[in-house]
Amino acid sequence: MRKGYQSWVFPSRPVIVGRAAIGGPFEAQGPLANDFDTLHGDLMIGQDSWEKAERVLLEEACDKAIEKAGLRREQIHFMLAGDLMNQTISANFAARTLSIPFMGIFGACSTAMEGLALAALLVDSQSADYVLAATSSHNSSAEKQYRYPTEYGSQKPPTAQWTVTGAGASVVANQGNGLRVTAATIGKIVDMGMTDPFNMGGAMAPAALSTIESHFRDLQLSHDHYDLVVTGDLGKVGHSILSELLPKHNVNIPLKRYVDCGMLIYGDNPIVWSGGSGCGCCATVTYGHLLRRFQEGEWKRILVVATGALLSPISYQQGESIPCIAHAVAIEADTL
Amino acid sequence: MADKKKKKLTLTQQEYQQLAKRHEPPRPLTRNFIRAFLVGGVICLIGQGIQEMFIHFFDFTEKTAGNPTVAVLILLSALLTGLGWYDRIAQWAGAGTAVPVTGFANSITSAALEHRSEGLVLGVGGNMFKLAGSVIVMGVVAAFAISLIKTLINMGG
Repeated sequence: MRKGYQSWVFPSRPVIVGRAAIGGPFEAQGPLANDFDTLHGDLMIGQDSWEKAERVLLEEACDKAIEKAGLRREQIHFMLAGDLMNQTISANFAARTLSIPFMGIFGACSTAMEGLALAALLVDSQSADYVLAATSSHNSSAEKQYRYPTEYGSQKPPTAQWTVTGAGASVVANQGNGLRVTAATIGKIVDMGMTDPFNMGGAMAPAALSTIESHFRDLQLSHDHYDLVVTGDLGKVGHSILSELLPKHNVNIPLKRYVDCGMLIYGDNPIVWSGGSGCGCCATVTYGHLLRRFQEGEWKRILVVATGALLSPISYQQGESIPCIAHAVAIEADTL
Repeated sequence: MADKKKKKLTLTQQEYQQLAKRHEPPRPLTRNFIRAFLVGGVICLIGQGIQEMFIHFFDFTEKTAGNPTVAVLILLSALLTGLGWYDRIAQWAGAGTAVPVTGFANSITSAALEHRSEGLVLGVGGNMFKLAGSVIVMGVVAAFAISLIKTLINMGG
């Protein structure tokens, strides 16, 4: 049900009955390692190309989420998935393996919440009983497509971010026990004319602001409504920009309740420069880490704002600025 | 160019970019320069050592030792790329590993490795010079322009 200008509320409160996070070797060294369902020691995951490795990550995340929901593949009515590869091949090929009615989505790194919002909408409108929402990214396949060959020696600036090797998936259902998806806000594209692909956090922060502002306006909520507001992959740079922008625009979310997945996943490791990024960043941190803490009773309501930089290597080389987007999903505890 | 780009931005965009700029950690230029100088110098020193070796032990002259020296450096660079070490050294060294011939070798080897999955002909063959191609083309164009200027000056003199 639409509320306000660009938000949905889900009166039936769809349930996240299964969730899974799969990671790679570098994620295994991070502070959130224990929150992954599976961690791979080999970046190739036993495949012969980066692209195949990413597909396997996504397949594993989907299978694990379905398994944890206590379901079988045939019981899932629809699958919504996307990734960073051209023509979203990881999602398409994973959907071929899973053989579930499939819709591909692309929102760059915002895909995780775009998928979850749509899954909740499908369930809430009684168009499906079980919907799978999934996304993935792979550090090397993303480097290969967006930047340079993985073994090419280029020096990155401190604003750069490290693409997460990982996949996250969730199964949204019309009944059951678990965390509930209660509302979502679909973002508008925001382009502040930023052109540096090595500063995605700086480019995406205004998109996150726009969506957060719209969310509170549409749903007429007080700014301290959520116990936690989390952005997808703004990194240290984007996090500090948004922390300044929020009060400036009179969105008075208590700043100690605002965190960023890109900063959580690798902790303070200087190798990742500004922090983590990629579809897998928001997905694995949300489905693996945040929802685990949530289920343990740490919070009652959280708002996840996945941010995406919708550029391509071609648009960048043609001198275009970076259009950015953010989608927000509100998740609440079962007992509320 | 920069000014032209700026003029197209709206006031909000300009204001935001100024704000964002304050939050960007600056590139550590001095540190990058020093590291580039040191690593670039060490690579040249190794090159010099190899050249001396060819002259003293294999009867090359100073002029003829150049080619085998470059070949050895390229081989070393390709080996380090294949072992996955070159990109790590490069993140530390910056231009120090990019400018010498080793950087050129790395750009070709890394592209060839990366696109092996798309096959030998279209993958490796088609993408090997993805990065190095622009260096070769621009190098030849620049050399042509400079030699043209030199020829014109000589004609005049």
